[in-house]
Amino acid sequence: MSTTQADMELFDAELEHVVLRPRSWKLPIALTFFTLVAAAGFCLTTPVDTISKVAIVTGNRWLGTLTMNLPSFISILVLTIAMACLAGFTWWITSARIYNLGKIRLASLIGILFGTFFVLSFLLWAVAGKTGALQFTSLLSGALFLSIPLIFGAMAGTVCERVGVINVSIEGQLLAGAFLAAVVGALTKNPWLGLLAAPVAGALVGCLLALFAVRYWVDHIIVGIVLNVLVGGLTSYLFSTVLTRNQDVFSMAVKLPTWKIPILSEIPVLGPVLFAQNALVYIMYVVVIALQIMLFKSKWGLRLRSCGEHPRAADTVGIKVNRTRVINTILGGAIAGLGGAYFTVANGLAFGKNASDGRGFIALAAMILGGWKPKGALVAALLFGFADNLQMSLSAMAVDVPSQFLGMVPYLITIFAVAGLVGRVHPPAMEGKPYKG
Amino acid sequence: MTNLLEAPVDERPTRNWGQTWTKVASSSALTSFLAIVVALLIGAILIAAADSGVQQAGHYLFARPGDFFSALGKSIGGAYSALFEGAIFNSRQLFMPLTKTIAYSVPLIFAGLALGMGFRAGLFNIGAQGQIILGATLCGYLGFGVNLPGGLHLIVCLLGAFIGGALWGFIPGILKAKTGANEVIVTIMLNSVAVFLLGWLLTLKAFQIPGSSNPVSPKMNPTARFPHIIGNIDLGFLLALLAAVAVWWMMERSTLGFRIRAVGENPDAGRTAGMNVAMSYVWVMIIGGGLAGLAATSQLLSDPSQQLNINVAATLGFDAITVALLGRSKPLGTIFAGLLFGGLRAGGYIMQAKTGTPIDIILVLQSVIVLLIAAPPLVRAIFRLPDPERQRQAHVRAMNRALKKQSAGKPPTPPEGELAEEVDLPESKEVSS
Repeated sequence: MSTTQADMELFDAELEHVVLRPRSWKLPIALTFFTLVAAAGFCLTTPVDTISKVAIVTGNRWLGTLTMNLPSFISILVLTIAMACLAGFTWWITSARIYNLGKIRLASLIGILFGTFFVLSFLLWAVAGKTGALQFTSLLSGALFLSIPLIFGAMAGTVCERVGVINVSIEGQLLAGAFLAAVVGALTKNPWLGLLAAPVAGALVGCLLALFAVRYWVDHIIVGIVLNVLVGGLTSYLFSTVLTRNQDVFSMAVKLPTWKIPILSEIPVLGPVLFAQNALVYIMYVVVIALQIMLFKSKWGLRLRSCGEHPRAADTVGIKVNRTRVINTILGGAIAGLGGAYFTVANGLAFGKNASDGRGFIALAAMILGGWKPKGALVAALLFGFADNLQMSLSAMAVDVPSQFLGMVPYLITIFAVAGLVGRVHPPAMEGKPYKG
Repeated sequence: MTNLLEAPVDERPTRNWGQTWTKVASSSALTSFLAIVVALLIGAILIAAADSGVQQAGHYLFARPGDFFSALGKSIGGAYSALFEGAIFNSRQLFMPLTKTIAYSVPLIFAGLALGMGFRAGLFNIGAQGQIILGATLCGYLGFGVNLPGGLHLIVCLLGAFIGGALWGFIPGILKAKTGANEVIVTIMLNSVAVFLLGWLLTLKAFQIPGSSNPVSPKMNPTARFPHIIGNIDLGFLLALLAAVAVWWMMERSTLGFRIRAVGENPDAGRTAGMNVAMSYVWVMIIGGGLAGLAATSQLLSDPSQQLNINVAATLGFDAITVALLGRSKPLGTIFAGLLFGGLRAGGYIMQAKTGTPIDIILVLQSVIVLLIAAPPLVRAIFRLPDPERQRQAHVRAMNRALKKQSAGKPPTPPEGELAEEVDLPESKEVSS
């Protein structure tokens, strides 16, 4: 497994001149299956005369909030037919070996469209005949807000793993960030200072990870897991002693403001979702865009990736592999720590034991599902945030779907992904391998 | 994976006391001991820092340092003596606390054995948490939902726990074997899936106490419980010891164990030798998952008050990782590591009750111990212990110099066999300085 991703693609490209790549029928089969699920599960079980209410905040001054009464059966039927068309189209493009439309990969485009239709038909089915309306806008904006820690965590994971250090301690870094942000925020009564403190805490955990993984060659996963336990124990201990004893100071929570960006927030539908958000969301936009560009277009990114893919070669051209690894592991920790601020100052909550509640592991899953790329990780994290929010909204609306099954979805998708059933994912070639110079 | 935590061993015969000291100083037992010492020191700092008496005395430290130090001693001494009294011996209950320690260690030993086996096969199974949950689900359902005569009922519950865990271990095993899916990721994901699965099952009437809608199961039937032996020790501990012996026999004496170890050391070599690497992974995960599932039995079958709820596995799965690492993946080591962490837990509850030091500090102690054991050079650096590798090199250099002196003035002769070998020793690759 020492060939890198680039090598593999070159190899694939060369092969195409000689023989045709065998067709993979996974996608059409999967889409057909899910179309049948939608037809049998949602379409046929909906009584013809029910209404699904959907409320959309347009963000526009004059339109205000639109509440639509959609005929459930007809709308779901239309969506199911659209899904069937997409599935049929996929059968056709697979047999005709059409993979790309211009620069866009058709499979991902179809995947996103199909997924949207499927989720929409599920939503319409879930609220069919209910008196309450489906709050579509808050479903989306809530999903974006819930995915903040996942996105920051996944970015941290991407930076660390691209440089060759497996970061399983995202959970600990989030927790440390949440803790210090809350403490500093409460002491100074200023959420911004709390926000500044969060990455420091994450970076400290990153330091420990780098110390043990790079300097002492301890297995990266062991260090990561043990650091999670350490941070969990330490923050819980300090919470039960220092924070609980001085409750008058520390139970007072400060909150980052929610900003409406003047013009952008009036874009119909998207505006209220993307641009009327908590300040941390805007920081997240900057971090994701910067990382996506820097990782793949800058000198820093090239050096970083070379340390993860082929450290020996990187060393040969004069890159100090271990130093690069240490610095970027700490940087990754700082990014995750910043995401930890979500649990306290962004939400306006005081610190509680185990505030991060396993989100670090979902972030890890998002990173893997996103193929170790900021862009992909963003999409995966948003997907998981959506599943999370959907679970909460549906249980609030008393829809009779066991919320636990929705909760499982991110994890199951990730398992399918690493098992090669959903796309192919390549980790950096030399991640987790110490470089012994 | 096993080599990872083992200090390099000097195998040359002992020649003098200096070398004996080097040997002791570089042994893994000493590293483990010192790691525990450092962890306790860090714990002491934390206890003192969070103690209000110490904080108050700290305000006038320079005026009356005596106050400060007596407060320091009181808080640390108080906490650690409570820890000792809760874990091993106290004057009122004599050795009763030790039986509590043993009771707490049982699930840790089971799950630690499971993970250690995986580590030796080169598999990083961090799914013990999920495997315990599945084991508990099946074991619990058989425990309260089925009526069988005593003895038989217990056996059925044990089998249920084993099968539940084995099933949850089989999934990552078969995925690794068939698709190469990374077992670390799959097991992490399955841990969460298991929590949701149990959460859903507990909403079903079949899993709830009749007439209640709380997500808690009824208590286990008395016929399913472990018979008590002495104090808090019950049959579970004997089963854990038995499991350790079985794992030892399997790993060291059976063909399957040999195959597992060979695959763990070098899968390519194993494959070349005609071993079915994929099937070895599957077997390790099935047996390991089953053992982890058995850890659930002591969460359900030891005490009459135990019920199946969402926290049935507590943090056992993650504690077991530290147990397996501390025990260096060997059965005997795992038993001792399980006893140590069981003791910390038993003592931790008493410490929390008596001195108000939260039990969370146990997590800090555990993680510091494991981190340090995993990085022997760090422990050596803290205590300024000699590095066996460097000592060996110094020895080689001295021999070289002596050799040169001897041969000076004489016509150059090829060095003699035994010395020549040592002269050619490669430079150390250890990073520590």
